[in-house]
Amino acid sequence: MDRHLMSGNEAIARGIYEAGVRFCSAYPGTPSTEIFEQLPQYKDSLYCEWAPNEKVATEAAYGACIAGVRSVCAMKHVGLNVAADPMFTAVYNGVRAGFVIIDADDPSMHSSQNEQDNRWYAKHAKMGLIEPSDSQECKDFLKVAFDLSERFNMPFLFRSTTRISHSKSLVTFAERTEVPPKPYQKERRFNCVPAVAVQNHRRLEEDFAKLAEYSNVCPLNRVEMKGTKIGVITASVSYQYAKDAFPEDASFLKLGLTNPLPMKLIRDFASKVDQLYVVEELDDFMEMQIRAEGIPCVGKELTGKLYEFNPQLLRERIFGEKPVTKDVGVQAVSRPPVLCPGCPHRGLFYTLGKHKDFVIASDIGCYSLGASAPLNAGDTCVCMGGGFSVGMGLAKGLALAGDTQRKVFGVLGDSTFFHSGMTGAVEIAYNSGNLIPIVLDNRITGMTGQQDNPGSGFNLEGEPANTIDIGAVLRAYGFTNVITVDPQDLDAVEKAVEEALASKEPAAIITRRPCRLLKRVKQEKGLCTVDRDKCIGCKKCLSVGCPAVSILEGKSSIDSTQCVGCTVCAQVCPVHAISKKED
Amino acid sequence: MSSKSAILVGVGGQGAILTAKVFVTGLMGAGYDVKTSEVHGMSQRGGTVSTQVHWGDKVYSPVVGEGAADLMVAFEAMEAVRYAPFLKPDGIAVINDYEMASATTAAGLAQYPKGCVEAMQKNFTCYVVKAADIAKELGNAKCMNIVLFGAMAHSLHMDSIDWEAAIRSQVPAKLLDLNLKAYKAGLEAAAKTNA
Repeated sequence: MDRHLMSGNEAIARGIYEAGVRFCSAYPGTPSTEIFEQLPQYKDSLYCEWAPNEKVATEAAYGACIAGVRSVCAMKHVGLNVAADPMFTAVYNGVRAGFVIIDADDPSMHSSQNEQDNRWYAKHAKMGLIEPSDSQECKDFLKVAFDLSERFNMPFLFRSTTRISHSKSLVTFAERTEVPPKPYQKERRFNCVPAVAVQNHRRLEEDFAKLAEYSNVCPLNRVEMKGTKIGVITASVSYQYAKDAFPEDASFLKLGLTNPLPMKLIRDFASKVDQLYVVEELDDFMEMQIRAEGIPCVGKELTGKLYEFNPQLLRERIFGEKPVTKDVGVQAVSRPPVLCPGCPHRGLFYTLGKHKDFVIASDIGCYSLGASAPLNAGDTCVCMGGGFSVGMGLAKGLALAGDTQRKVFGVLGDSTFFHSGMTGAVEIAYNSGNLIPIVLDNRITGMTGQQDNPGSGFNLEGEPANTIDIGAVLRAYGFTNVITVDPQDLDAVEKAVEEALASKEPAAIITRRPCRLLKRVKQEKGLCTVDRDKCIGCKKCLSVGCPAVSILEGKSSIDSTQCVGCTVCAQVCPVHAISKKED
Repeated sequence: MSSKSAILVGVGGQGAILTAKVFVTGLMGAGYDVKTSEVHGMSQRGGTVSTQVHWGDKVYSPVVGEGAADLMVAFEAMEAVRYAPFLKPDGIAVINDYEMASATTAAGLAQYPKGCVEAMQKNFTCYVVKAADIAKELGNAKCMNIVLFGAMAHSLHMDSIDWEAAIRSQVPAKLLDLNLKAYKAGLEAAAKTNA
């Protein structure tokens, strides 16, 4: 049998295909993004799209489920916060065809603002939760999730983590199962007015109780019985860590369906072992419920609730076996992620960061990198869309506190604008916010790795799509003075900021230049070089925070392998020692 | 056999992921169970990156913690030092003798540490190669990752595996000659070290 080395995300995409799914909608977000990037290869069998945000993706997928076809949506863990509204009510209403919400959590926050444990959502919403532990399970368990969704009449939550989504392991394929659409008919349960909702809740409790019973016999929950001294209850990637960390003769209860927990199976397993451990990353989701049943176990008091695990870390925390390492005696200094050479955001952040009286409400995306030294342009970063609405509150709050000196700016990107920045712009326009909203339009969703969006002109399949005009949207909201500027031209940016601040009419700024990594546009060529005779060693060029620029033997030096000739460093040089060579 | 693990470390964009791919292709061809783990997203923007590869009859965890890696391949000198705690005390390191400034050192906020390679040599069996120079001599700085792969292959002593076939299956045809030369140059450079 052919084995394919696949990441968890690639395997989930394959699982979507094999499960006979026909409708797929998602918003990109690390670590979930690659699932949907893989889907266009199956476009003869299914429809897939990028939605403007996770709530829209979930609603659209649920609509397709009501229409009678298997449907799926996918998002990162914080995306599920955005999608929570439709999700909770979809669980009440139930499904017609199978409907699975794929969630990718990010323990250790490799690329996220928090490490919330989304298993609680399943418990809170009373829905089935399935957790794979490797790529093969990503594919196979997803198919089970669809079967169970239809059998128990509820959307299922399918939870991966960064380590599952971005690890590769061997996968054996199966054929696609074609699932005929369920015939459409009007049903009251899908119209959740209160009189219907009271019935839907009763139905949900009944179906959830049946699922709880089934959990005890579900093949995804399996016992690997060896010795009777140690028993381990675990799920997700923690299973893989625990298999390496615990002694060979430890017995395992490996769970794949983790909400509702198989309490009979757990009680039975617990009765067969002397010492019961619960191994799970982040919260005590399983442990709390197991303890509530009066079953003694050891878990978080040893393993902790922070960050990812690994086998050595578990061995140390559970058995006190400290890893043996060598101290080489040299300390590495930090190597933080930075805005790329030629990043169009650099010019704007350089300009904003120069003004100490500016307060900058930033957002989720590459622009979060503008807050670091030396640019120092970012006071807050909370969530998608928060740049505008947190900025609105900052401006009002400072005014209420009597601070009239500071000027507030809200910054977010083009994809974030469509995601949830538009409602923040409405808030500013409607309630006369005293701040300048700025859209950093780099024509793509940058941080997650070049995904198209409603402003980029293309869809997920790479086909031309309607392009939504951000300036026209802002003008329609009432920003009669929308200033569009090339962020690579520092004088123009400074002028745009001055004009916006002085504007009598509601003003907004759009900085427009394609992401330097965007392949479909013709990027300008060239390279900046330093005239070492002219350079006075003032280090002003370092203030733009470009990784290509450093000081070598007291003078400016530009790394020719990194420089792309954007000239932002040249524009700040007081003695014109940096110039661009065309090539 | 119990499972073995390698950790490939460097800076975003140095080509560690392709190196891992070639390595894994060879391992799969030899029938091993394999797992790898990569970091995506934010850390790619000029930050430190690591890719882990695990192989054996049966592999469970896709990552190891401190003191557990059999082999390190460092694409950059300071990154070798950063990830040194992951190596077993008797672990082997293949190190590219090549320094890249970080945003903090370039901005003058911190000093690039001195003696990274020497510190590694003092503590571990090391194969130190100037992969960047070798790649440049071969005419393309970008094949540095396959030069390092050659050095890695030398250090592994897994002679039954056809690593050249693995390279052939993973690099574009027009770059094949260059990469095969890079591989051989890496093998030779590692053989010349005192390790």
